[in-house]
Amino acid sequence: MSDEIPVSSPAEREHGSISQELPLNGSSTLNDPSEMTYYGRRSVWQSINPGEIWRYRNLIWQFALRDLKVRYRQTVIGALWAIIQPVVTMLVFGLLFSSLDGKPTRSGVPYAITSLCGLIPWQFFGASVIAATQSISSNAQLVQKVYFPKILLPLSALLPPLVDMGIASCVLICLMFWFGVVPNLAVITMPIILLALFLTTLACSFWLSSINAIYRDVQYVVPFIISIGLLISPVTYELPAVAERMSPAIKFIYCLNPFANLLMATRWAILGTPFPDILPMLASFLLMGGIFVGGVIYFGKTERVFADRV
Amino acid sequence: MSNVALRVEGLGKKYRIGTHQPYNRLSEAMTGLGKSVISLPHKMINKSKAIPQNAAPSENEFWALKDINFEVKEGDVVGIIGRNGAGKSTLLKILSRITEPTQGRFGVRGRISSLLEVGTGFHPELTGRENIYLSGSVLGMTRAEIKSHFDEIVDFSGVEKFLDTPVKRYSSGMQVRLGFAVAAHLKSEILIIDEVLAVGDIEFQKKCMGKMSDVAHGGRTILFVSHNMAAISRLCNKAILIKEGNMVLSDTTENAIKCYLNVNEEASSNELIWDKGSNYPGNDDVQITKFGISNTGMNSNQISIDFPVQFSINYRLNHSGMCLSSGIVLSNMNGEIVLTSANRHSASIAEDKYFNIPLETGDYIATCNIPANLLNANQYYAIARIYQDITNVIAETPPISFNVTDSGSMRKEFLGEWAGIIRPRLDWETRVVC
Repeated sequence: MSDEIPVSSPAEREHGSISQELPLNGSSTLNDPSEMTYYGRRSVWQSINPGEIWRYRNLIWQFALRDLKVRYRQTVIGALWAIIQPVVTMLVFGLLFSSLDGKPTRSGVPYAITSLCGLIPWQFFGASVIAATQSISSNAQLVQKVYFPKILLPLSALLPPLVDMGIASCVLICLMFWFGVVPNLAVITMPIILLALFLTTLACSFWLSSINAIYRDVQYVVPFIISIGLLISPVTYELPAVAERMSPAIKFIYCLNPFANLLMATRWAILGTPFPDILPMLASFLLMGGIFVGGVIYFGKTERVFADRV
Repeated sequence: MSNVALRVEGLGKKYRIGTHQPYNRLSEAMTGLGKSVISLPHKMINKSKAIPQNAAPSENEFWALKDINFEVKEGDVVGIIGRNGAGKSTLLKILSRITEPTQGRFGVRGRISSLLEVGTGFHPELTGRENIYLSGSVLGMTRAEIKSHFDEIVDFSGVEKFLDTPVKRYSSGMQVRLGFAVAAHLKSEILIIDEVLAVGDIEFQKKCMGKMSDVAHGGRTILFVSHNMAAISRLCNKAILIKEGNMVLSDTTENAIKCYLNVNEEASSNELIWDKGSNYPGNDDVQITKFGISNTGMNSNQISIDFPVQFSINYRLNHSGMCLSSGIVLSNMNGEIVLTSANRHSASIAEDKYFNIPLETGDYIATCNIPANLLNANQYYAIARIYQDITNVIAETPPISFNVTDSGSMRKEFLGEWAGIIRPRLDWETRVVC
């Protein structure tokens, strides 16, 4: 039911003179009540319509609010969970590295701080992507019963982890005070780095949520990839600590991972560690940009069959 | 005033049927992708010739709706009627933009909201208050709109005491009331409503009907799907009749309901017979060949109130080993169901020995008697059904109509009409107490 049959050939016989004056098959978003809006088979840009998403922005917030409230209702320590996860992971890796006599850092910054700089964005990414992957399938009932732009679901999946990231960042700031670590002046570039983090997360979310709507295999694979990713990205260690033993080619491939660059850039901005190499960074961001645009288009194309196939 | 609010042009929706959906698993998608990569050079070479991949209508395609055209004027309340599986819900899903049409398009003037279930978007863990905001937003209300109607919604639902209790602790009736209350305050110009009234207790259903007719008479455009002809005839000024995915009629409510109930008016005999070659109700395995009403009292479809009504269902089984049961559904002129019955052991007077056992191929006849002096003097419609494994309806006949006529035997003392759907003779006794 995805291809074939052009729009409205029988209709034109019936209402020929009228329908030719009207915008064919377009959801002209005019709210003028005298104007008739037509809906037929949707194109990608009708499925992913920025104006419409903006009009539905309240719903993004409502979905996020729902997920946040549901998550911490009937829990004893509530939002403290947002802190426990990165802190415990940091402690476990810190103990692991010190018992192995390893040196996961080169910058001389306390391990707690440098690893939290990696763990907090990483856990934002992991939690968002896992939530977004299931966002369409777990809201199947809704998708089949009411219309709204489906892209709101993966978009809103980003917000609860964002709140967690905010809470965990407070811990990081407290620790920096405790250890007397003064942030670098480059910390003012953090908004740009965060934006890159959001776009990278969304790029993955769009692909994974739309594929998972139809093939549930994805939701089993994603947590596995996230846990592997924790090890192959410089989350709990600094890249220079492992780069010494890499050949230039391997290092280039390693740095194509957008998280290698994102996390290095984060540490550069906050702690003043070296900035990532420009060439692999540009290559990886170009790649990510492509995946993002592809994700939006793929989502728009598959969105039309969610209600029938989810 | 008579602006067109909704115009539907050549709408059609095709589904694939059968258990094999293409690419339901990732592995299939992968092999599909592999195949298309392999055939890519071939496609490039034959670019000029269109590859007739989807040219022939394959057998597992099914048009749930085909070439639907109609217009709805502003302020009209339009009922959409048709039997189960006629395509009503598909039409509503397309018009509410949940699913997109395969063919055609529709035009809308103003905002359109749909109400296909009660309590859309409710989350059991959230409180009533939170769910009002959530459900309202999902249905397309802005925050300000919800806020300004919040008190009305709470009032209407009657759950103000439990506003801060999670909805999971509500009774199902309370959930339904709250859900309907939110939906009833939608302010869109066009409302699409599925049979949501079929829920809740009688008291609340009445309240819903009242609210619905307020909305209906408030000048808004409404599309309303229901099996309840009484509700349709009360609320709607126009109706559309859909049969097997095609629009049969778009007319006044009265005519459409008449047409819906009297599908066989021209052949108003007391039996329906299907010959070879015509369209049997049923599938390849089981076919109903005849459905009839007989009555020892008067002839044809005029049935005397003093005699039992006998239904007979003839069916043919072409596939041995199936477990079948038969049933009837009796409704009155308003479309209200008077009774349903089936030959289940627990629901019949004597045990039917052919009920739900593996049957040999061959022809069978099932009969059922409605006792004398049970139905009122009225017009009734009956349909016959064959079920497989007790609950699956695999064959259903069109309605057959009959009149129960009053012989006067129950009106010796009183000449007026007996009110009520049924008029049984009951056991009355008066005693002196002291």
